[in-house]
Amino acid sequence: MDALTLLPWIFDGVTGLALLLLASWALASPRLFTGIVMFVAFGLMMSIAWVRLDAPDIALAEVAIGAGLTGALLLAALARLTAAQAAQESASQSAKRKRTLRLFQWAPALLLAMVAAGLAYAVQSLPPDSAGLSADVAANIARSGVSNPVTAVLLNFRGYDTLLEILVLLLALISVWTLGGLSPQRTVPPGPVLDVLTRVLTPVLLLLSAYLLWVGARSPGGAFQAAAVLAAAGVLLLLAGWRPQPRFTGIPLRLVLVAGPVLFLAFSLVTIATGRNLMEYPPPRAGVLIFLLEAAATLSIGVTLVALFLGERPPDKEGQ
Amino acid sequence: MSPAHFFALVGVGLFCIGLYALIVRAHLLRKILAINVMGSGVFLVLAALAKRTGSAAPDPVPHAMVITGIVVAVAATAFALVLMLRLVAETGRAELPDERIE
Repeated sequence: MDALTLLPWIFDGVTGLALLLLASWALASPRLFTGIVMFVAFGLMMSIAWVRLDAPDIALAEVAIGAGLTGALLLAALARLTAAQAAQESASQSAKRKRTLRLFQWAPALLLAMVAAGLAYAVQSLPPDSAGLSADVAANIARSGVSNPVTAVLLNFRGYDTLLEILVLLLALISVWTLGGLSPQRTVPPGPVLDVLTRVLTPVLLLLSAYLLWVGARSPGGAFQAAAVLAAAGVLLLLAGWRPQPRFTGIPLRLVLVAGPVLFLAFSLVTIATGRNLMEYPPPRAGVLIFLLEAAATLSIGVTLVALFLGERPPDKEGQ
Repeated sequence: MSPAHFFALVGVGLFCIGLYALIVRAHLLRKILAINVMGSGVFLVLAALAKRTGSAAPDPVPHAMVITGIVVAVAATAFALVLMLRLVAETGRAELPDERIE
């Protein structure tokens, strides 16, 4: 093997090794803060692995959601734990408990080594070539209304996955609100850097979100990536101290939250009523229908993610 | 071994690292991190196995499932973090009670 054929292997090897090391560090670091930072770095490294696996759609979603938004959620939660509670991780373990842990730590390690060996064997014994469903997707993509196969699967062929996923997001938000929400985040006035950055970045992020939504029909992008960028803009605004006005947080907020699933269900009912299968869009109009669905889903998912980051149920004008 | 199998094995490794930390680490925030690492491992296996198409474009169906999974994972993480903060507010501890040792 000459150097050129070896290079991709070295790249993949370093990526894989870095993934395993960052994950171990995220889970074993002495301080929780370090662990979260390592987890965000791990998410960024994952997106390199996605690119190596020819999955740019996943790479976009991972950077925006997996690394960005999850990291922001984790850091916000850590900030709400008081310093004493966060530090108790190591201090609370009594001496006796530590002894017991040290004694038994090898047992799960041994069991998991066996699990790893079994899973590795299972993966290794799979056939090296398998086209999966890509032939079926390629055969039907002309009728789907979009030319990006991942968007075609998400919004057309397996549209009910996406519908149920948006409902899971709503369920998470309802659960968070039902738990009574959280203590309001401390609103410290933003420093000049955050203040200026938010003013400059918010319009750029909104534009980028619209671009990702539009380009998703043909190239990597789509509703989820656009929603994640939209949510990033919302999180930045919240960090800079912005809060929605009470007159928007009652009925209007809830209408935006359910816009995606309601449109999805309406389209499904119409397709069933006209004698087609669930979410089987008529080919000449499929592109337009998918774009409308994606636009509504982007708005709903983005606002749901921002509301999840805020945690507390925003007070509306009736004052709950 | 192809790159697809290599990344699938890395995914298996991530899953096991996460599962180990889920068992031995006590702090709930660390457990939430561990579940996220486990999820990333599963996603990596799924997308790596979609790449077994040689030089052709990879199978888009697992890709769509992974994107769906990433969004569901962030929703579950947000809910888990709120549950943890409620537990801390009620009990003052960010760990589950462990009757057998205490």
